[in-house]
Amino acid sequence: MSGVRLLVGTKKGAFVLTSDGERKHWDVSGPHFAGWEIYHMKGSPADPNRLYASQTSGWFGQVIQRSNDGGKTWEAVGNQFTYDGATGTHQWYDGTQHPWEFKRVWHLEPSLDDPDTVYAGVEDAAIFRTTDGGKTWQELPGLRNHGKGHLWQPGAGGMGLHTIVLDPLHPGRLYIAISAAGAFRSDDAGQTWRPITRGLKSQYELPDPDAEVGHCVHRIAMHRSRPDTLFMQKHWDVMRSDDGGGSWHEVSGNLPTDFGFPIAVHAHEPETVYVVPILSDSMHYPPDGRLRVYRSRTGGNEWEALTQGLPQSHCYVNVLRGAMSVDSLPSCGVYFGTTGGQVYGSSDSGDTWTAIVRDLPAVLSVEAQTLP
Amino acid sequence: MTSIRVALPLHLRNLAGVEGELSLEVGGSPTVSAVLDALEARHPTLRGTLRDHVSRKRRPFIRFFACEQDWSHEPPDAPLPEAIVQGREPLLIIGAMAGG
Repeated sequence: MSGVRLLVGTKKGAFVLTSDGERKHWDVSGPHFAGWEIYHMKGSPADPNRLYASQTSGWFGQVIQRSNDGGKTWEAVGNQFTYDGATGTHQWYDGTQHPWEFKRVWHLEPSLDDPDTVYAGVEDAAIFRTTDGGKTWQELPGLRNHGKGHLWQPGAGGMGLHTIVLDPLHPGRLYIAISAAGAFRSDDAGQTWRPITRGLKSQYELPDPDAEVGHCVHRIAMHRSRPDTLFMQKHWDVMRSDDGGGSWHEVSGNLPTDFGFPIAVHAHEPETVYVVPILSDSMHYPPDGRLRVYRSRTGGNEWEALTQGLPQSHCYVNVLRGAMSVDSLPSCGVYFGTTGGQVYGSSDSGDTWTAIVRDLPAVLSVEAQTLP
Repeated sequence: MTSIRVALPLHLRNLAGVEGELSLEVGGSPTVSAVLDALEARHPTLRGTLRDHVSRKRRPFIRFFACEQDWSHEPPDAPLPEAIVQGREPLLIIGAMAGG
């Protein structure tokens, strides 16, 4: 029987949760890399047992770990992320220009067809790529040098490139998003980029709400069968594009609040979308102390609260941008982790939820792998 | 060659897969820079965790203690104290105290 593996990155280590297709009983292994922040782990679509993990520390910097056996054993691979050419500068908090400084890897996105090729989104914002299984990493400098990189300015959470989405139908097309800088698309495997922010409005964050640079994009999600349709959780607003990011329109509809971090699309229903509304940017917890996932089956605008099995009182956790994922079993599984250390799972598209684990360190990321 | 005793913080011992103190053979006049060269040669996974890959500058929250002195701000090529060179004392590599 097929199964599911959840790769859970936390503030204090990595955990691997596995279950069979029933998804009732879970084995928990970890912490791997105990005491380190694990920003993200992800498996190769071409070889599910090839995993990559971003292990990071304020003291000891960046380590990249690779597993060839589904997370049973790991080896540290290359951790040198050197910006290409002249380092350059971006805008600093005081308005001056500040040199780019590598801090950590936020996101690892393995290629769809080659286990040795992986894209890495880093802070300070840039995209790197390895083609040798993580031994060496090279920047794709066209992103920082697309013309307005010097205007990017870090937000309170840092200037991280946190989202990389690969288009399965258009070879060479990928999307990225950067906190407080915006979203970009490349059609040539990352050599050149253009901003995709038309239609985004950030009236509370930017002096010019329609500016090309500066929108705080939190996450972008896509259904692989319909890659021109993108869903975005922005700082405020849930947005939709049907032309590969060429333009966006708001689909927040009846959400109780349209602030939030993650967004995910159902594995089999391209118009079914999930978000976790958060009260506001100054609160970072669910409205009314009730943890609710909202699901739209209409591609946005009409949302229903999913509450069964989730705490509906005294709940003040957050769900971070990388901490929601879906499996692709026939009855789609949906998973998310919280800053309170819970990982919740649903094996029925979100109708009902159970806590798979309750007391992990704060969860930074969750990736679901569907195993053959 | 001079044998230098080195103590690593827990997380780096785990990363390198070692227990307890290390003993490193260092050529020439032992310095922090030479000790780190020998350490990284024996344990390549530690590259980048103590000093920058390119500039070789110490990471901000890494400290070097030698004979009850903070050696972190000494030039990397400054000779280490005699007690370190003679193996009576280890060179302590420390993750700096941080937080509340």
